[in-house]
Amino acid sequence: MREVNVVIDGKRVTVPEGYFIIQAAREVGIDIPALCYDPNLEVVGACRLCLVEIEGSRKLQTACSTKVRDGMVIHTESDRVVSSRKEILQLLLDNHPNDCLTCQKAGECLLQEYAYRYDVKFREHYGARRPSYVDTTSPYILKDDSKCILCGKCVRTCSQVQDRRVLSFGGRGFDTRIVIDADFNFDKSSCVSCNRCVTVCPVGALVDKRLLNKGRSWEYHKREVKCKVCEYGCSFEILSKDGRNVAVRAKEANGGRPLCLKGRLTTEFLYVDDPDKPYIKGEEGFIEATWKDALGLKDLLDKLLAHEEEEMGVEYNG
Amino acid sequence: MITVEELKKIRENTLKKMDLKLHKLQEEILDKEGALNKKLILICGGPGCHSSNVEEMKARFEKRILEKGLIHVEVSIAGCFGLCESGPNIEVYPEGIFYSRVKMDDIDEIVDKHLCENVVVERLLNEGAIESGKIKHVSQVNFYNKQKKIALRNCGIIDYNDIKEYIALDGYQALAKAITEMTQEEVINMVKDSNLRGRGGAGFPTGRKWETAFKYDADQKYVICNADEGDPGAFMDRSILEGDPHSVLEGMALCGYAIGAEQGYIYIRAEYPVAVERLKIAIKQAKEMGLLGRNILGTDFSFDIELRLGAGAFVCGEGTALMESIEGRRGMPRPKVERTAHKGLWGKPTIINNVETFANVPPILLKGADWFRSIGTEDSSGTKVFALGGKVKNTGLVEVPMGTTLREIIFDIGGGIEKDRKFKAVQTGGPSGGCIPEEYLDTPVDFGSLSKIGSIMGSGGMIVLDESDCMVDIARFFLDFTVDESCGKCVPCREGTKRMLEILERITAGEGRAEDLDRLESLAEIITSGSLCGLGQTAANPVISTLKYFRDEYEAHIYDKRCPAGACQALLEFYITDKCIGCTKCARSCPVSAIRGKVKERHVIDTEKCIKCGACMEVCPVGAVIKR
Repeated sequence: MREVNVVIDGKRVTVPEGYFIIQAAREVGIDIPALCYDPNLEVVGACRLCLVEIEGSRKLQTACSTKVRDGMVIHTESDRVVSSRKEILQLLLDNHPNDCLTCQKAGECLLQEYAYRYDVKFREHYGARRPSYVDTTSPYILKDDSKCILCGKCVRTCSQVQDRRVLSFGGRGFDTRIVIDADFNFDKSSCVSCNRCVTVCPVGALVDKRLLNKGRSWEYHKREVKCKVCEYGCSFEILSKDGRNVAVRAKEANGGRPLCLKGRLTTEFLYVDDPDKPYIKGEEGFIEATWKDALGLKDLLDKLLAHEEEEMGVEYNG
Repeated sequence: MITVEELKKIRENTLKKMDLKLHKLQEEILDKEGALNKKLILICGGPGCHSSNVEEMKARFEKRILEKGLIHVEVSIAGCFGLCESGPNIEVYPEGIFYSRVKMDDIDEIVDKHLCENVVVERLLNEGAIESGKIKHVSQVNFYNKQKKIALRNCGIIDYNDIKEYIALDGYQALAKAITEMTQEEVINMVKDSNLRGRGGAGFPTGRKWETAFKYDADQKYVICNADEGDPGAFMDRSILEGDPHSVLEGMALCGYAIGAEQGYIYIRAEYPVAVERLKIAIKQAKEMGLLGRNILGTDFSFDIELRLGAGAFVCGEGTALMESIEGRRGMPRPKVERTAHKGLWGKPTIINNVETFANVPPILLKGADWFRSIGTEDSSGTKVFALGGKVKNTGLVEVPMGTTLREIIFDIGGGIEKDRKFKAVQTGGPSGGCIPEEYLDTPVDFGSLSKIGSIMGSGGMIVLDESDCMVDIARFFLDFTVDESCGKCVPCREGTKRMLEILERITAGEGRAEDLDRLESLAEIITSGSLCGLGQTAANPVISTLKYFRDEYEAHIYDKRCPAGACQALLEFYITDKCIGCTKCARSCPVSAIRGKVKERHVIDTEKCIKCGACMEVCPVGAVIKR
């Protein structure tokens, strides 16, 4: 593959042709802020935070969607770039609840990180705000529309799995929202609670509901494990606090790994010290279930135990 | 399937039957005596006139003509005549008599007097068609005589539902010439040499675009006609599609031949049902004749056209959103990682041109690049169609050579300002454009000149504003439109335009604050430089241009709580002067009983109660009620 030479913030770097600026910058340790960019997802150029200045180009260009060209000289933190980022972050904060004190995402929120990095603050204003609709119907995912910044990562990751495509954009302009199926709640939707969307959400709009009130992101000790339910082997994180495993959460579904609820619950049951009750989705929404049912092991276990009883004369009294 | 020879034969045969229509292209009133026997009544079927039931008018003409036993009179409906202000418009040939505002009940009189007795019905003549008692040929009417028609060349002449009439006026000759005598490069070079630039707004050189797609190797290429016309008050493309659909089909086929595409799509908004219907008929006729479809005119070239209907989102006029929509996805713009001419629709090389651009192509191919370049300016050759609207006397559709000044368009063709008020500004380019003040009225209209003064050519919307229009309110109107039509994908447009609108609403409501102007400017900067697509990048233009040229109006609203134009309701109050004769009409018409006063004494408005509906002002017989 042909390679090209570019200069980013004074650093020379050689990268393969076809690289986007944001990828090339990461090669030399330059982190260009971006809320909607994800190397595993289709490029959309929606958040506009990654705007950079390219010498010879009058307009600022988005680093996520502009390919490197040989000899390109790029500035990622020029005055013009920084002032644009501040404006964009301010526009986002103006339409975002000032809830960082208790937000589950605090410490891991990209909006929080960038607002701090560029010194942009919440401020009073009389303008309209996103309606604060919160979908609490799922025991696995909490969706808070007021915190959504419409980066669309959830929509894109959901649509990567053919038979899911549950999330999409609804409405338009300032009233745009992420909707579930034909604007249903989670409990009446076709959502399979795989949590792909939760893993990519950069803010607190989609959070893992089983993590609520278990601890703050900076308190956890994190350990990565591979799910053993199927051959995909999706990655999960065991979150432990004060020596106890308190929760499990899915890691991003990259490399064609799909993520699923069964894998998540299995991992949770295996590792968490005191797991919450599992739920399964029925016609009328989520209902509490036994672990045997939730993991789909009932028939298997029953037969296995009967078999053991017969062969080994072990009496099962469970 | 027909051959080139047969095409020529159709042309000659149809031309003979159309002799009366060709008088539209002449410029003198013919000798009345000689023209007594054979006549043509041409009825305007443009968007405006069509809504006045022209089909019924035609039937009424035919009925009366039959009753009177006239045999050599033909009645025909054609595309838009352009002068929508005075519709329904009717022309009588061979004389070239131009009747306007014709009502159903006037029809018998036209037949009885004009057709039977050869006496022109003067009271129905268009105001411009008679000057100091002398009746003018329609082409000599001021509205028309400065116009030059290329894109609209057949509009108002041919029967849009008859492919033969299009063929008679050189239709499909350019396509025949290109595919039998010219190479793809020759077609592209001719379009390049003509300096034709995209008429959809941005003005990108058409030939260069085609060349890019031509040079890119791919198994499949596409041609898209962007007919998602959506600027408020704009109907240029609609009129072309309704009045002369084949010119667009032929332009697209020429593009298909030039770049090597076999499939074309017309992306048209579903709110244009008449245009959709006429396009369907046109495509069907062209296919039946072998002018579209497999092996056109017996050559190796095949090209098919299908319609794709838009669901009413303005943003789908943006090229990438349009392709998303055709692909069956939500119409949101996508970043241009690759050029559309390399990877467009379904990842294949794609050319998207506007309706008017395509309509310009056949004449260029027939008459040559030099001919086209001889019209217009160095920067922009050819003509441009504008939808002239607002406070101008002759609202309608005009096509003028590039380089015509705004003053000529507004005052000579447009007839000046309604009610002879004072001109204030002209808004060009719709929600992406800007307001141009009086001092720039002598600016020639071309791509470069307009952008120099903070506006754009755009697709051709031209709205004239007078002294009673508040510029802050105009900016608010356009922002309101943009906020409504923003797709919501990128942050600067989704959030920024909304904040801008909120500030403008506050200012026009008399609640503006000192810091608002700075905030508007910084928002304008980020919306312009940060937005993903053209819609966002140009959304702030109405605000930027009004701030530049009419800053004093903003300041009057904010600091003096006053609307200089008297348009912002919140900033004015109704007041009864001493002219009042005490007739009590105002008090009786007031819906909230805010007016008190005795009979024959001066009345008073209670401003606390007043809801500023203006009913009192309307009924006052002596003009004693004023806004201040």
